[in-house]
Amino acid sequence: MVWRLSCNPTRRQLAAIKIALFLLCLAPLLLLGWNAWNDALGANPIEAITRALGTWTLRLLLIILTISPLRKLTGRHWLLRLRRMLGLFVFFYAILHLTTYLWLDKFFDWQAIANDIFKRPFITIGMAAFALLVPLAATSSNAMMKRLGGKRWQQLHRTVYVIAIFGVAHYWWLVKLDVTSPLIYAALLTILLGVRLLWRYLERPQKWQEPSSIRCRSKTMAKQ
Amino acid sequence: MLIRHSSDVVPSEITSRRVFERRREFLQAAVGIGLSEVVYPLSSAIAAGKFPDTTKSSLSTLEKPTLFKDVTSYNNFYEFGTDKADPALHANTLKTRPWILSVEGLVKRPKAIAIDDLIKLAPLEERIYRMRCVEGWSMVIPWLGFPLATLLKSVEPLGAAKYVEFVSAADPKTMPGVNRGMIDWPYVEGLRLDEALHPLTILSVGLYGEPLPNQNGAPVRLVVPWKYGFKSGKSIVKIRLVEHEPKTAWMKAAPSEYGFYSNVNPEVDHPRWSQATERRIGEFFKRKTLAFNGYADKVARLYAGMDLKKFY
Repeated sequence: MVWRLSCNPTRRQLAAIKIALFLLCLAPLLLLGWNAWNDALGANPIEAITRALGTWTLRLLLIILTISPLRKLTGRHWLLRLRRMLGLFVFFYAILHLTTYLWLDKFFDWQAIANDIFKRPFITIGMAAFALLVPLAATSSNAMMKRLGGKRWQQLHRTVYVIAIFGVAHYWWLVKLDVTSPLIYAALLTILLGVRLLWRYLERPQKWQEPSSIRCRSKTMAKQ
Repeated sequence: MLIRHSSDVVPSEITSRRVFERRREFLQAAVGIGLSEVVYPLSSAIAAGKFPDTTKSSLSTLEKPTLFKDVTSYNNFYEFGTDKADPALHANTLKTRPWILSVEGLVKRPKAIAIDDLIKLAPLEERIYRMRCVEGWSMVIPWLGFPLATLLKSVEPLGAAKYVEFVSAADPKTMPGVNRGMIDWPYVEGLRLDEALHPLTILSVGLYGEPLPNQNGAPVRLVVPWKYGFKSGKSIVKIRLVEHEPKTAWMKAAPSEYGFYSNVNPEVDHPRWSQATERRIGEFFKRKTLAFNGYADKVARLYAGMDLKKFY
């Protein structure tokens, strides 16, 4: 039963899965709200909220990036149908994270915010990641997908890789000294992007093997 | 016949009034965060009792002290982990007795003092100071201690002594963070001799009327209120008077980000974040950070003619 469900869920099963996933994605926010209400966020609750929202943005991003490899490994194509909701949740948590910064940290002091964006790399790259998320969220509907056309839409949505890299860099650059936790995110991201590159290489069309210039380029890019 | 007196309880086992009155907060904290975090401050307060005969100081701020709960649960003490909840969770392993503080280097009378003698070296004063962390948050803490100058004068510094180096304990068995690298242990901090002799600079052995909780740097720590918090070394075992500027732990860990002076300065940003404002723990709105953490009238003259952007 379970096997059949995971292999290819019916419409109703998929709807149930989506509802469950929706609630699951909301859970971190509900937990945060619960802890805030019960004064259980420690001495610096605003910092705790900002951190938790940022962390969940990053975690959801990494979860999204596991879907396509997971589909490939298991052959369960329906997994792709969960990506839109997860993607919108990434955007949702990113907005909340950004809002805590703009409001609870800077109290809409635009001068200070502008200074931060220009002077502090971790803010710069965090803002860039958010800016890159906006078009992806804006083009998430079926109608937009049609309007752009599958290929262009897909190209646009590949910026999620850049966003994830920026997100991890944003985290890395803000910690004072102990980079253990950002290192874990960086390692996971490296694996997720690495398998894509590896598959691309293994599945490259045969004709690509002949011209040496292209191969050289792809090699040097891989080194970088 | 044996008649048991109801007063057979040792005074040190009686829950202090302060703790008793805060029992609801402890229980709430226990429910929210998990028991281990609150057992320590509670039991230490009970076991150690209070210091008698402390005096108030005119150098104290009139600002409202940060809650005891927050002062003792939100700490940077990397010897016990890098998360600010770690020290309260893990510092119970620290053994604060016996504890010897040695004062040595360029002094006429070097000495090694046991902690219980150190506490009696001078009358304990309550010093309510602002504490500004380099990370952008601040507290108001009622320390108990005495001027570092009292100790330094008792060892008679030689003319060649220009700086004071403070070495914290680094016991890999009781301080798990020491095994994780990152900082070149032991934690070392330093002051110029005139900064160390300044009346605001104290050795603290307690807070909120009680012996220092382990997570706050028991049994003895430095407090230099006009500098970022990391300058105030915790759990100090050695004080050395030296001729040259000491290489401090943070200067070694991130030379481009931390300088020797590290005076609180809203004009000089940390390379990665602004120092113009701070969040006072317990407050919603942020405050403007003050030059020398609000102690400019007392310490600015120490830096007359110095470019504070260069000597950050």
